[in-house]
Amino acid sequence: MKPPAVRYARAGDVREAVALLAEHGSDAKVLAGGQSLVPLMSFRLARPSILVDINRIGGLDRIEQDNGSLLIGAMARQRDVELSDVAAAAVPLLPQALRYVGHVTIRNRGTVGGSLAHADPAAELPAVVTALGGELVLEGPGGTRSVAAEDFFTGTFTTVMAPDEVLVGVRLPRLPDRTGVAVEELARRHGDFAIVGVVAAVHLADDGTVDLVRLAASGVDSVPVRLHAAEAALSGARPTADVLEAAAATVDASIHPADDVHAPASYRRHVARLLVQRALGAAVERSGVER
Amino acid sequence: MTELASGSTSQRELASESTSQRNTESITVTVNGHAYTADCEPRVTLADFLRHTCGLTGTHLGCEHGVCGACTILVDGRSARACLMLAVQADGATITTVEGLAAGNALNPLQEAFWDNHGLQCGFCTPGMLMTATELLADNPDPDAAEVREGLSGNLCRCTGYDSIVRSVLDAAQRMRG
Ligand SMILES: Cc1cc2nc3c(=O)[nH]c(=O)nc-3n(C[C@H](O)[C@H](O)[C@H](O)COP(=O)(O)OP(=O)(O)OC[C@H]3O[C@@H](n4cnc5c(N)ncnc54)[C@H](O)[C@@H]3O)c2cc1C
Ligand code: FES
Ligand code: FES
Repeated sequence: MKPPAVRYARAGDVREAVALLAEHGSDAKVLAGGQSLVPLMSFRLARPSILVDINRIGGLDRIEQDNGSLLIGAMARQRDVELSDVAAAAVPLLPQALRYVGHVTIRNRGTVGGSLAHADPAAELPAVVTALGGELVLEGPGGTRSVAAEDFFTGTFTTVMAPDEVLVGVRLPRLPDRTGVAVEELARRHGDFAIVGVVAAVHLADDGTVDLVRLAASGVDSVPVRLHAAEAALSGARPTADVLEAAAATVDASIHPADDVHAPASYRRHVARLLVQRALGAAVERSGVER
Repeated sequence: MTELASGSTSQRELASESTSQRNTESITVTVNGHAYTADCEPRVTLADFLRHTCGLTGTHLGCEHGVCGACTILVDGRSARACLMLAVQADGATITTVEGLAAGNALNPLQEAFWDNHGLQCGFCTPGMLMTATELLADNPDPDAAEVREGLSGNLCRCTGYDSIVRSVLDAAQRMRG
């Protein structure tokens, strides 16, 4: 099982990468960490004519705080973000979620941009970026544009990115101090893609009511799903057990899981509701703690 | 999985592939302290480069799609799947393979601990286990059994049932702490 013949170009900067993509059309593929693309090539499920390697573009791997948001370059390795103090201080949901992505060896090479561009509906990072209302920054022949996470993912393994666009990074709003975060997943084994995953962030006002809640699920549709109805059910309320249960009860109407070899849709629905309740409970419990 | 691969690639396709798009690049990779320079097609994985071009067959290939861990090596000090990197991407890199662990016939403490604790039977998974454990113990010199199990969760073994591997790594940690 070997990759098919392919040409290879190392881009020196993003403009060069975009120019190579524009020249070769949809036959060209960006090569980031290779942790999804190389196996797809070995299975002959992907047969790009040319790989545009963006691994040596300087500065695409930054992890920075800037004006209340966290900026992560597309080539930041998942493991580096997981271990980054800057990322943990701004968006503590990130390191928690990344620990569920494959294994250390996969995260050493796998990139944040690669996971988002690959758009696996079961993946953790797309769910985090969707929950937090992140913005994806794309560069193409016509310049740079930003796309909100909820508009970026359009289906299983598909996004709004044009074949000649490069994802250069993602911008996530900083979570206020004392925000509680939680990730809940059901997977067959550690490191496997989740059957259903839920990410949550909750902040409480001084009077104990919820003044910020961010919630998304993976594995329940062809794209990661922000659970707006559940967020609305919790906003402004005191997070009692009844309120959390009522919020979780809204999940059923927000998701469209499919049957597959891993689990029937009905099971995914059941698990999604359960994991939302658990994730919200855990996030509430962890909120109020200084980081 | 095998079906997918063989079903979509006929011999004819393979033959035409190798003639139509051939392009090679000269790369230099330092493996276990030796520099290897060779012309390489972009499609060649780093695993195949190590095995066929460098003759270092200690790096094993189980699945060739990232899930078994047998091909795990260190690239610039960090573990990586050699089957998921193209050799051309490693141009200029410093690599350690399982052959780089022992000094001649003297096993390193991790290898010795595998020997003493029956951490291998057929040995197929062992190079990947050793390389993954090398990084694990460098990051966390005093892991508990649960941490070792999580750290090795990306490496599959069909023989040992894992208990003896976990024991080996815990024993190695103790030996290395002195
Ligand atoms: C054993 C194993 C287990 C895994 N488990 C999980 C898991 O539990 N959860 C999870 O989320 N992921 C998992 N993954 C996938 C992993 O997270 C990949 O790293 C990720 O999906 C792709 O990132 P990459 O950097 O490796 O991208 P690549 O494989 O290089 O690219 C993936 C795709 O995105 C495109 N692309 C990459 N970067 C850009 C860019 N900057 N601009 C435009 N297009 C781009 C490529 O052209 C390609 O189509 C696993 C992988 C393996 C091998
Ligand atoms: S051969 Fe590379 S992970 Fe299985
Ligand atoms: S010892 Fe045989 S596969 Fe692990």
